[in-house]
Amino acid sequence: MRQHIIRMTSQAGSGHPGPSFSPVEILASLYFSELRLDPQHPDWPERDRFVLSKGHAAPALYAALHEAGFFCEDTMLTLRQVGSLLQGHPHVKTPGVDATTGSLGLGLSQAVGMALGLRMRRGRSRVYAMIGDGECDEGQIWEAALAAAHFRLGNLAVFVDHNGYQFDGPVEEVMRLAPLADKWRAFGWQVEEIDGHDFEQILGFLERARRCADQPSLAVARTVKGYGVSFMAGSQEYHARSLTSEEAQRALTELEGQA
Amino acid sequence: MEQRIALGDALVRLGKDYPQLVVLSPDVSLSTRAVKFKAAYPERFICTGISEQNTLGMAAGLSSVGWLPVVAGYAMFVAGKAWEPLRNSVAYSGLNVKVVGTHAGINVGADGVTHQAIEDIALMRAIPGMTVLAPTDANQVEPVLRAALEHNGPVYVRLERAAIPSLTDPGRPFTVGESLTLRDGADATIFGLGGMVAASLEAADQLAAEDIHARVVSMVSIKPLDEGAVVRAARQTGAIVVAEDHNRCGGLGSAIAETLARVLPVPMEQVALADVFAESGPARALHAKYQLSAEHIARAVHAAIARRNQARRDVP
Repeated sequence: MRQHIIRMTSQAGSGHPGPSFSPVEILASLYFSELRLDPQHPDWPERDRFVLSKGHAAPALYAALHEAGFFCEDTMLTLRQVGSLLQGHPHVKTPGVDATTGSLGLGLSQAVGMALGLRMRRGRSRVYAMIGDGECDEGQIWEAALAAAHFRLGNLAVFVDHNGYQFDGPVEEVMRLAPLADKWRAFGWQVEEIDGHDFEQILGFLERARRCADQPSLAVARTVKGYGVSFMAGSQEYHARSLTSEEAQRALTELEGQA
Repeated sequence: MEQRIALGDALVRLGKDYPQLVVLSPDVSLSTRAVKFKAAYPERFICTGISEQNTLGMAAGLSSVGWLPVVAGYAMFVAGKAWEPLRNSVAYSGLNVKVVGTHAGINVGADGVTHQAIEDIALMRAIPGMTVLAPTDANQVEPVLRAALEHNGPVYVRLERAAIPSLTDPGRPFTVGESLTLRDGADATIFGLGGMVAASLEAADQLAAEDIHARVVSMVSIKPLDEGAVVRAARQTGAIVVAEDHNRCGGLGSAIAETLARVLPVPMEQVALADVFAESGPARALHAKYQLSAEHIARAVHAAIARRNQARRDVP
């Protein structure tokens, strides 16, 4: 998936490679283990939903959707081009994308509406969402947090991709969030703190979330921006720019070595 | 009669006809009268608390899983505070969400400027693909809502707080894109919006006494605009007045001016807020002070006719 992300953003000449790297293990867990989907019928009403509220990680979502079979590699590599199905930030016209996002703070409310609506239809579909840690600065996130707990949405599970950085710098310097897990607990959520690159911990959280019937679940997932490539890991350099062709080659070689 | 009274009753009847209809209320159901829907269909009523942005986001989510959401809240907050989720989560996705903005305009009165939405039409009209409707009176609330539900895509319905004289037949169906001519005339045309239609008819009465016969058209569909009615008015009367309880920037006047400028420019006068904030006070007194009364409309008709006649004299 990280190789796809490098290729997509380098081809496009723009995008957010760093914030797309941190949630890769979580997205892989969702798309290849947890979500009930049918790539042949992307609009199957009984499917599970996923909302990428931190929409700037779109390349990671597209890499997962491609690997899950929603569209071919040629389509994937048209990211950010005129006429492409793949917009710079997710839009519902892309097969497999359940919610239009990109403006931070807006996605979680949509996930809450979906979870409530699916429960009102008495379906067994579940709703998953991922928000950024910097995104938690947005007031609408906390409106949605109140609502999800108020409506006892046990069919909702959310990850905070806690990579510790936002556009202007470290999250704790830009706008202090700590204690983040306690804030969500105080809002009435079932909260865990996990390593967001550890598959066992991710899948364990998802398993426990499924058993939590009357409360929304949330994992504060500690991650590393740019995780997986030595010179990108922990660097703010690649938040909102694609790699140079020389950097891309180095990154791809490194990732090839891990595969 | 107040439009919100009709809103509560209409939602109950529509709830029966549309089993997918859900009503979201950001803690104003007693005021919007959506509480009647709550009593009739408690399982399809969702109180979302004082959180308009989250409410619009939830409406998008509910729509995407097959419900037909109607958000009923104050125009200032559902069109103002929640503009961005409405733009990015609802409209950009083309979702079938209906937003009813009540308490629009300075006729809200005593609550004052923080509650007087005089920019909502401009905000809604600027969103690509958004349909914008304003019923003439309480009778037309249900036909307009029904048309909104039949229309596939996001719709904004603008309601006012003050009582409006009944002018339309409640049994008359409404189609998106149509205007309603309430009085014919050949000397000038007044395009009115919502409660200002009644004031426009009052102005037309005053003018008739001076042997000036003004056509009065309720522009129920602001977007899409009934351009045929605008062009006919320009061609047949040559003098146009637009009357709306909204700022003069970006509202119905702007919409009509855009069509006139493109197709057939003729003198047009605006009766609207003069790019100022109003204040607290009874609706009628505010309309008098901020120049939105029937007298001001009649004066604007005189001005438009004078400009038309001057232009005709100027033609060599």
